[in-house]
Amino acid sequence: MTPVKQISVFVENKHGKLSSVARYLADGGVSIRAMCMADTTDFGIFRLLVSDYEKAEKVLKAAGITCSVTEVLVVEIEDTPGAFADAMAVLADNHISLEYAYAFLTPTIGKAYIIIRVEDNIGAAKILTDNGIKIVSQEEIV
Amino acid sequence: MFFQKDIETMPRKQLEELQLERLKWTVDYCYKNVPFYTKKLDEAGVTADKIKSLEDIRYIPPTTKADLRDNYPFGLFAKPMKEIVRIHASSGTTGKPTVVGYTKHDLDIWSDCMARICTAAGATSDDIVQISFGYGMFTGALGLHYGLEKIGATVIPNSSGNTEKALMYMRDFGTTALVATPSYALYMCETAKSLEYPMSDYKLKLGLFGSEGCTPEMRTQIENGWGLFATDNYGMSELMGPGVSGECRERNGLHFNEDFFLPEIVDSETLEAKPEGEYGELLVTTLTKEGIPLLRYRTRDITKLTYEPCKCGRTHARMEKVQGRSDDMLKIRGVNIFPSQIESVLISIDQVSPHYQLVVRREGFADTLEVQVELVDSSLLDSYGKIQQLQKDIGRKIQTVLGIQCKISIVEHGTIERFVGKAKRVVDLRKENK
Repeated sequence: MTPVKQISVFVENKHGKLSSVARYLADGGVSIRAMCMADTTDFGIFRLLVSDYEKAEKVLKAAGITCSVTEVLVVEIEDTPGAFADAMAVLADNHISLEYAYAFLTPTIGKAYIIIRVEDNIGAAKILTDNGIKIVSQEEIV
Repeated sequence: MFFQKDIETMPRKQLEELQLERLKWTVDYCYKNVPFYTKKLDEAGVTADKIKSLEDIRYIPPTTKADLRDNYPFGLFAKPMKEIVRIHASSGTTGKPTVVGYTKHDLDIWSDCMARICTAAGATSDDIVQISFGYGMFTGALGLHYGLEKIGATVIPNSSGNTEKALMYMRDFGTTALVATPSYALYMCETAKSLEYPMSDYKLKLGLFGSEGCTPEMRTQIENGWGLFATDNYGMSELMGPGVSGECRERNGLHFNEDFFLPEIVDSETLEAKPEGEYGELLVTTLTKEGIPLLRYRTRDITKLTYEPCKCGRTHARMEKVQGRSDDMLKIRGVNIFPSQIESVLISIDQVSPHYQLVVRREGFADTLEVQVELVDSSLLDSYGKIQQLQKDIGRKIQTVLGIQCKISIVEHGTIERFVGKAKRVVDLRKENK
């Protein structure tokens, strides 16, 4: 029920920037579990869940890249119509706002994972689990 | 503390008499020994006899950097090479370097000037001083070097570059004072903090900074970072090097070494004298120089002077920190802008680094100014909103100061060039578009 650590990387909108960030991670032996990058004008924030966030932070900082570690919730739901709507309804009913969210699927297992950023991770996690929705721990995404 | 108290606290009347006598000598000396001045003074109809008071200096035509370049390399020297014992030159980034020569007497006076300024700043024979200016043709390092040796301080001629090694000397030798440009002092501090040694391993207590401007905000940042007392000194190779003026512990203006250098403040367009306390371009006439004497040299630096005696007891005129250079000044959409104004805004914002770059472009018929700053506060990565808010805040603050809108670009930390010598902050692309 604990929040998961997410790496946020500041990237300028320049040719080859994402590739170089990804390469530093690869060279450090860090595997990317999920990621999100929205379209932007001058700069963007590249958000990642990785196999080893401490290592990721270390290799990026050593390369002089501005990054930070923040906590997010990883919510596990069934990969069926309505499961996402139900999970969001729980948050809405409890007046929990999302700052941002992204998702990844594992079709072979039939699960979907939504990564959400809310103000109060612990509170939101409790409400979700109380409503029978599973929160994935750090260990499970390694 | 004084190095030459009788001169530094000389009553103004007596000082002005000394200046007038030396001014007459210099005019006569230039006329007799430098063909460039013989011609110039003849054309203006000025002889030493015509100078009856210090105000009469206005009859003398000014000297510019272009005059030094046109007479490259030794054309303005007043002594044969046999009597010149040292040569220095400016960096020459915008053309041929300007070359200056010193006689033995010039070097002796230079080290006196520097010794006065270092002493006024608080340096003593107990200090271990690391010089992080580049040695070589640049006057900064050797100027401070001889002045500090003259007061008996221990000099470490570390030069610039290899910052980690410089920091190692600082820790191991117990360096108490640092000579550097303000931006390099700040960069050294950034580097020191990134190493594994605690800041308590550094014993710095005094900074002797110069060669480029330093805003009060940047000074505070250097002082807080290093835990030292920062002082500014001023000069330029054409006049001698550093040692023209410098701050005492009061830090209420830079004391001019007025017995060697006669300052004037004029309107940079009309060259009319400005009243005391008003901003204008600083003109300086050397009063004792033998190697390359200069009459009314146009420094292009914008500042103001006060002749009120300082609380420290010194009677020589004090100049305010240089506001900007008349040739660094950017004219954007008809508004005069000095990079230092933008720097003071940026340095007050913790989320960005004090390193910045200004890019001026011409888009259609309008000039645009882009300010590039580095994001250092990684906690803002939580949301786009926070970074956009920061952009807006910086833009609004700069607009309040400059009166024009500019584009704020947030760039990655470490991508703006760090300068060891004079920082070059402005990229003006308007000329290329023409």
